[in-house]
Amino acid sequence: MLEQQFVNALSLGCVYALFALGFTLIFGVLGVINLAHGAVFMVGAYAAIVAVDWLALPMWAGLIAALLTGGLCGVLTDRLVLQSLRRRGAPHLIPMIATIGVAIILNNSVQGIFGAANLRFPQGSVPDEVLQLAGLHVTVIELGIIFLSFALMLVLIYVMRGTQFGRALRAVAESPKAAALLGIDVERMFRVTTFAAGALGGVAGVLIGLYSNAVFPLMGQSMLHKGIAVIILGGMGDIRGAMLGGLFLGFAEVLSVAYVGSTMRDAVAFGLLFLILLVRPQGLFGKVVQRKA
Amino acid sequence: MNSKRSFGTLLAALAAAALLPAAHAADIKLGVAEALSGGAAQYGASIRNGFQLATDQINAAGGVNGNKLMLVIEDEQGKKEEAINVFKKLIFQDKVLMVFGPTLSNSAQAADPIAQGAKTVVFGTSNTADGITSIGDYVFRNSVTEADVLPETLATVKRRTGLKKVAVMYGNDDVFTKSGYDNFRKALEDQKIPVTTTETFAKGDVDFKAQLTKIKGTNPDAIVLSALLAEGAPIMVQARQLGLNVPVIGGNGMNSVKVFELAPGAASNDLWIGSPWSIENKTPENSRFIEAYRAKFGAAPDQFAAQSYDALHILVEALKTVKLSGDLAADRTALRNALPAVKWTGATGAFQFRQAKDRAGKPAGYDAQQTPIVSVTRDGKYVIEK
Repeated sequence: MLEQQFVNALSLGCVYALFALGFTLIFGVLGVINLAHGAVFMVGAYAAIVAVDWLALPMWAGLIAALLTGGLCGVLTDRLVLQSLRRRGAPHLIPMIATIGVAIILNNSVQGIFGAANLRFPQGSVPDEVLQLAGLHVTVIELGIIFLSFALMLVLIYVMRGTQFGRALRAVAESPKAAALLGIDVERMFRVTTFAAGALGGVAGVLIGLYSNAVFPLMGQSMLHKGIAVIILGGMGDIRGAMLGGLFLGFAEVLSVAYVGSTMRDAVAFGLLFLILLVRPQGLFGKVVQRKA
Repeated sequence: MNSKRSFGTLLAALAAAALLPAAHAADIKLGVAEALSGGAAQYGASIRNGFQLATDQINAAGGVNGNKLMLVIEDEQGKKEEAINVFKKLIFQDKVLMVFGPTLSNSAQAADPIAQGAKTVVFGTSNTADGITSIGDYVFRNSVTEADVLPETLATVKRRTGLKKVAVMYGNDDVFTKSGYDNFRKALEDQKIPVTTTETFAKGDVDFKAQLTKIKGTNPDAIVLSALLAEGAPIMVQARQLGLNVPVIGGNGMNSVKVFELAPGAASNDLWIGSPWSIENKTPENSRFIEAYRAKFGAAPDQFAAQSYDALHILVEALKTVKLSGDLAADRTALRNALPAVKWTGATGAFQFRQAKDRAGKPAGYDAQQTPIVSVTRDGKYVIEK
């Protein structure tokens, strides 16, 4: 049973990491805790439902629909809300509060259009057989989530560390003013970042919707709370931190269910998280990455 | 003085004269207070349809002792405050003989004391929470409570599958699933079924595999599950993915055909639930009800329509034995005294009332005494298990 619990923990951890990647990206570059990320994640799942269930398109088209819709939500949030706050020099808590408003608007719009009931992707959208390896049960979608979250993390790290574009992004993260003086189009950087983060959120929404078989307007809410914990644990704005924080939370939750009991799950998981932050208040990778992103 | 007194006498006489025709008028006014808008409207609309269907049938057959029934229907919006307002209007302004409703238990807790205070029968058809009928001796219901249904479900599964030990799983941050768990736990103790492990989850969880893996390790013969569909359906899917193919015993929260959509294919098989009514139940009374309902409303009835349909028939049985005097207060009390003796077999099967106690242990209102129907899911359908 322990081996199965490790598989469960790995896939749950990757679910959290997948959500946290986009979340931490926005914080890293824009310095905004985007509380609408849970709603964008949910909108992505609904976009894919429309594509796959209503328009009878294949699943890859659903993923693209989620990617584009999520990205669009991200860019629009930046354009309509965050940008005007930036121009007016709003103190840094204001954008965060504004994103709560964005989340409410998205949640209620989706509930108005699709209703509050649970939806799910039609059966057979992804192969739904269960693979049995040495007595372990693992689904195709779980393998997909594990693979994708690691792959996306590596891609993001490469873009950030190994490309000219990533260097520009990091310059913007350090100081938007200085970056602008160096001739970097700061607003464009913000646009690209919010698009990428929204797209990541949208894709995560589809994968987790497939994984849990439940798509509903408030599906991003509990994910958002976990996501905040994950990126604080990992070090705000750090990509490796999002991955490691997600895995940590997944393992802490699953193992506390296995050894302590499910009533104590959140108490144990978040208690451990608290202890780690007592020792490392800056998060796991907080010190290494002085400049965010 | 003298002229004043005679004026008063005249007024009294006039008032009496005004009342007299009312007493002989051929209509018996029955209040219906249900949630016809708001979140509970899907239930309220079904309930209203059930009442209308039964009323039409009774009136077409000549009414009750020659008197026609007249429904006064009000929307209580599924809100406590509105239910209180509507009850006051029906009882004091419309002067109905009795009131059906309200739709939700919460509203019943708030509004039923109004009827009790006015010594007017209030008859709930959809209130399943504990404590409603302990409000007073004018409070009746024909809705079967979870406390009655769950032990019956459990006993049936035990009889049919010979289960020896079960694992329990419930949502511990929701009033409904938590109270379902309390009822399950009591039933498991009463029937001496050992529990291998009790696991919990929270609203909005997406992953239940840690709990399910642990449950699988304890080798139970079945899983007792108190969950709403939002978590319950994914739990069933993930249990099957882990190779945990034992029966799942659910509460009312899992009683919906939506489970076949959310847990498609074999994932939803072997889910056992108990309910007061089933569309698959082929008794003559139920078939007649379903057919008449389809003919009138062009849609299949649900449990809520069946219960209100039966409730009206139960009331009519009581009315048949009451001689209406025209004195509203006396008639209301006479109806209250006639109701407890009614026995009726309708769409939901054989029914009678059972005396409920108030908090001090004194006799209060009346609950339903009825055997629930236990069904099991098989290939996208509910199949009745006897």
